[in-house]
Amino acid sequence: MGRYFAIRIGRAALTIVLVVTFAFIVLRLSGDPALMILGPEAPPEVLAAFRKAWGLDDPIWAQYFDYFGAIAKGELGRSMRDGRPAIELVLERIPATLALTLPAFFFKVALGIPAGTYAALHRGSGIDRAVMMTAVAGFTVPSFVLALLLVLVFAVQLGWLPSGGQDSWRHAILPIATLSLGGAAVLARFTRSAMLEVLGQPYIRTASAKGVPWRKVVTSHALPNAAIPTVTILGFMVGTLIAGAVVVESVFAWPGVGRLLVVAVANRDLAVVQCILLLVAMTMVTSNLIVDFLYGFLDPRLRSKGAHA
Amino acid sequence: MKPLVSIEDLRVAFGGVPVLRGVDIALQKGEAVGLVGESGSGKSVTWLAALGLLPRHAQVSGSVRLDGRQILGAPANELDHVRGGRIAMIFQDPASALNPVLTIRRQLCEALALHRDLQGNAVKAEARRLLDLVGIPDAGRRLEAYPHEFSGGQVQRIMIAMALAGNPDLLIADEPTTALDATIQAQILELLSTVRRELGMAMVLISHDLGVVAENCDRVAVMYAGRIVEQAPSNQLFADPVHPYAQGLIGALPPLDGPRRRLTAIPGTVPDPAHMPGGCAFAPRCALVADACGLAAPTLAPIADDRSVACVQAEASRRAVLGIAAE
Repeated sequence: MGRYFAIRIGRAALTIVLVVTFAFIVLRLSGDPALMILGPEAPPEVLAAFRKAWGLDDPIWAQYFDYFGAIAKGELGRSMRDGRPAIELVLERIPATLALTLPAFFFKVALGIPAGTYAALHRGSGIDRAVMMTAVAGFTVPSFVLALLLVLVFAVQLGWLPSGGQDSWRHAILPIATLSLGGAAVLARFTRSAMLEVLGQPYIRTASAKGVPWRKVVTSHALPNAAIPTVTILGFMVGTLIAGAVVVESVFAWPGVGRLLVVAVANRDLAVVQCILLLVAMTMVTSNLIVDFLYGFLDPRLRSKGAHA
Repeated sequence: MKPLVSIEDLRVAFGGVPVLRGVDIALQKGEAVGLVGESGSGKSVTWLAALGLLPRHAQVSGSVRLDGRQILGAPANELDHVRGGRIAMIFQDPASALNPVLTIRRQLCEALALHRDLQGNAVKAEARRLLDLVGIPDAGRRLEAYPHEFSGGQVQRIMIAMALAGNPDLLIADEPTTALDATIQAQILELLSTVRRELGMAMVLISHDLGVVAENCDRVAVMYAGRIVEQAPSNQLFADPVHPYAQGLIGALPPLDGPRRRLTAIPGTVPDPAHMPGGCAFAPRCALVADACGLAAPTLAPIADDRSVACVQAEASRRAVLGIAAE
């Protein structure tokens, strides 16, 4: 068990290093921050001074080692736009993002899992078909289209809700709805297929043949088995809590981490982008670790495999 | 004597395709009956249908009585008492028949809690006793293990223990040894015979292995294409099969004594259930086929005490066997 997790933690650390490295290289090869921030009309000596000040003249490997040296000291760099520490800029945006993604996560689970389970238990029924049609629509429609559709109906036509901004809780309804519907659709489909797979297993028939009432067959025999694949998707969703709302935040002008990322990328504000990516990679990797741990908890077969590995 | 279970004209269809086409069989208390036939002949479906374990889209009709009480289409709570409590069932592939994420104790105690009036420690003690009974060593500790920590043979023993948990009057063993090694197979069959004798339980042994059935059963029913075509006491069926299909099955077995002879094979294949021939389903493969065979499906008719056969050519068929035997 201990080694199972040691290996996974090692892999997780490697993943973070690779993500950060990749981001570092791509950002530096894809545009000059000095030009982006100061504008093409800036005098050459100003541009040169800017590059020198931010160390952009150094060879890329030297910048890379400086960057990792700084990270080791807990220093994540400063924004090239206003000179504030990048981490500060990012951290102050996180509550706004979580204000959308946490309720959305709750609705995804609260809608998606029961809908998928119900559909699987009533396979082929009208409700099953309705749930699956909604689900297919929910995850094939891109979130920006869904967002615009909701704005069109509830903000423009009906005038019930504001179309953007962050002034009151009412402003959060449409972004949360957009995020929830897509995620619930994915979860519903996934839960349904996991449940159907499990319901077709011989041990379900064994439980029925023992005289276990159907309701209990579902709750104590089918659901614990169907939870194993479903946890994978849930883990992925937890991983997107920080930066899963880039598109939705942009559509609804919601000042969260996602918006900050879009602006920072456009400006090649290197430290800010890297800081966000580091944070995203860390939440992703952490949620994956939690999923791995949950697998061991949910599936005794993995637990003993881990013990022998 | 009033039968324990009597099945009459049991029919099952999946999406309009008939797979059971009128099965009649009755079982006495404590009796061991073998059900043989090729895969797809309806051996398992008969009992899954009787216990209401088929998927919902299966269309089932006919009658299944337990102690004279109709259980086919009975309400769910009534069926839950029958399943496991009166009629228990064990299945072919033990590895997938137990829930992989629950301990043996939970799965065994669940059955005990459902059908026996046991509380607290008594449940666990009984679970331990059952594991002992089926020959799982170190039962106390092994109760906390998961199914994947046991071998196939051991899992089948645990399945048997679970089936015995409700003190059933009838155990349906659906190909209980097909997925196991030959040596383990013999042990499991031995175990089934022992517990059956000790508990006075009736058993239906579903198998395509005639040898297994001959050794373990008092009576045999041969199924073909969703019907029972011959029923007889084991020794009589093996010595003197009447239905041409039963003759074919037994002719395909190598004899242990007597002169060596060429094994026979039944020509052709089982008809597709969606395109059953009119009349006798075996007619297209039968050596004794006559005009009458195509007219109507023959029904099971008695030919002697406790023997019946569904074949219009039964007499001719019997003569043919005797003729071959005289050669």
